[in-house]
Amino acid sequence: MADIKNYTINFGPQHPAAHGVLRLVLELDGEVVVRADPHIGLLHRGTEKLAETRTWLQTLPYMDRLDYTSMIPSEHAYCLAVERLLGVEVPIRAQYIRVMMDEVTRIKNHLLNIGTHALDIGAMTMVLYTFREREDLFDVLEAITGIRMHGAYYRPGGVYRDLPDQMPKYQENRFKNAQTVKELNEPRDGSLLDFLEDFTNRFPVYLSEYHTLLTDNRIWKQRTVGIGVISPERALQLGFSGAMLRGSGVEWDLRKKQPYEVYDRLDFDIPVGVNGDTYDRYLVRMEEMLQSNRIIRQCIEWLRKNPGPVISDDHKVAPPRREKMKGSMEELIHHFKLFSEGMHVPAGEAYVAIEHPKGEMGVWAVSDGANKPYRIKLHTAGIPHLAATDEMTRGHMLADATAVIGTIDLVLGDVDR
Amino acid sequence: MSAKLERLCRQMKDTFGDRIGEPVLALGELTVAIPAENYLDVALQLRDDPALRFEQLMDLSGIDYSEYTGYQGKRFAAVSQLLSITHNWRLRIKVFAPDDDFPVVASVMDIWNSANWYEREAFDLFGIHFEGHVDLRRILTDYGFVGHPFRKDFPISGYVEMRYDPEQKRVIYQPVTIEPREVTPRIVREETYGKGNGRG
Repeated sequence: MADIKNYTINFGPQHPAAHGVLRLVLELDGEVVVRADPHIGLLHRGTEKLAETRTWLQTLPYMDRLDYTSMIPSEHAYCLAVERLLGVEVPIRAQYIRVMMDEVTRIKNHLLNIGTHALDIGAMTMVLYTFREREDLFDVLEAITGIRMHGAYYRPGGVYRDLPDQMPKYQENRFKNAQTVKELNEPRDGSLLDFLEDFTNRFPVYLSEYHTLLTDNRIWKQRTVGIGVISPERALQLGFSGAMLRGSGVEWDLRKKQPYEVYDRLDFDIPVGVNGDTYDRYLVRMEEMLQSNRIIRQCIEWLRKNPGPVISDDHKVAPPRREKMKGSMEELIHHFKLFSEGMHVPAGEAYVAIEHPKGEMGVWAVSDGANKPYRIKLHTAGIPHLAATDEMTRGHMLADATAVIGTIDLVLGDVDR
Repeated sequence: MSAKLERLCRQMKDTFGDRIGEPVLALGELTVAIPAENYLDVALQLRDDPALRFEQLMDLSGIDYSEYTGYQGKRFAAVSQLLSITHNWRLRIKVFAPDDDFPVVASVMDIWNSANWYEREAFDLFGIHFEGHVDLRRILTDYGFVGHPFRKDFPISGYVEMRYDPEQKRVIYQPVTIEPREVTPRIVREETYGKGNGRG
């Protein structure tokens, strides 16, 4: 009998299941993965180097482009780091808006993850359902930030503007008749908060639809149970965070343990897995969506009752109001200095971590007192997770490598920066 | 939070004495510089000592201090952000590479496995060599890349650019044709600036 040697295949960089430009060099023994070597950096844009040549404010929109499927929380980590260096207080309403936006993004991120994960391992329908709900959340983002994805909405010191009073509406065209448009516009008659509240009423029903489709689905369980098992000790050793760590049974969520903004005032639970396999992580994410839904409802209730400023009135950091600027010399100078030279951040360093949908997102900002960062290091959740691919796929079949890539919730913009 | 950090600060001083630099408590964060020769011992103890128990290395990155305003000292440092899940506290440790021309520090990959890719990244971007790392390849830059792009003397535009050459019918590298453009200059103001003393 001929001696069969291991052979090596290239998975990606252009592969629909690679979630971007991941090149995975797989060494196979028959159909069993012996070694997996991810090659990253094909989407490296040098965000951290670019930040060193931009002012503190100009750096902010780059944060959206890191994890391009859940944009807003990355801005959040950056703003918190700058705020800690500056010592700026953020108005309480802005904090609630930020928390609400983060949770909207968390739902959006998990919807994408679960939809495409199911798509990757053969459940075609799932993505159609999850993308339906994502579309509603994109509408929310568009109404608030003015753009569907890369919002650039947070600012050091608050958020850019208050929530809008009305939602954009559908209009009749040759694809949508009057009756359809009327039905579609029904939840959009009120303010943004009304629309979002309507969504949070509908969402648990959608979630139960996903459970029907996947949770007890025999094929889904065959593809995910016992795949990519990580023990709690290994998860800590490998630097895991977020749902990947909780799936292994470690109860650790920065929103609870090191609360930032107003998370300590809100009521929510932390789901924890048992076996640390792909199926448990899926369940953790499903439950997290329900908890995010709860948080959003609490934020809506608070935001309805408590109007107020949404950005700091320290004009060394945040621009003055437009109408004031037109009448006052000093405000005009502030405005001009802020947008030409930019804010000066006192010398020092700060590492701020938040619970990004994918795990811990940390920003280590170093300033030497200039109007530009001296160094920004972005710790994104995807790197340690992807680095563990080798360990998670070893000994599994080739097809399970796809399940593992799906479960680590991979976005290459996040990994490559 | 700060009472807890002060406790950690005292704990660090008691445990390590003069094996580490003076812990700095600023902005609600604790930073400790560790001499390169004690790095591995201290790191191992940080992980295993039940009173400290830093199970997780969340981040490790390089930094090039050569253009830091008013700074005189070693140029390269490897900076790690540690997290203890048991005690719920964080610590930042800094280790400066003794030689500026050939920066080498020890690898903590065996202590925290997550350091693997972070150290590859710091090697790739800053040229810091990690002694004891088993797989110190480039990670983020292109195959065959020359130089360490995050060093302060590396221009933002780089040295080479890539394009498709229709005559040779392949992708070629050539010297960059763009020049770095600075819209807003980098300014460090004196400390009294904007404090309302009539001069600024």
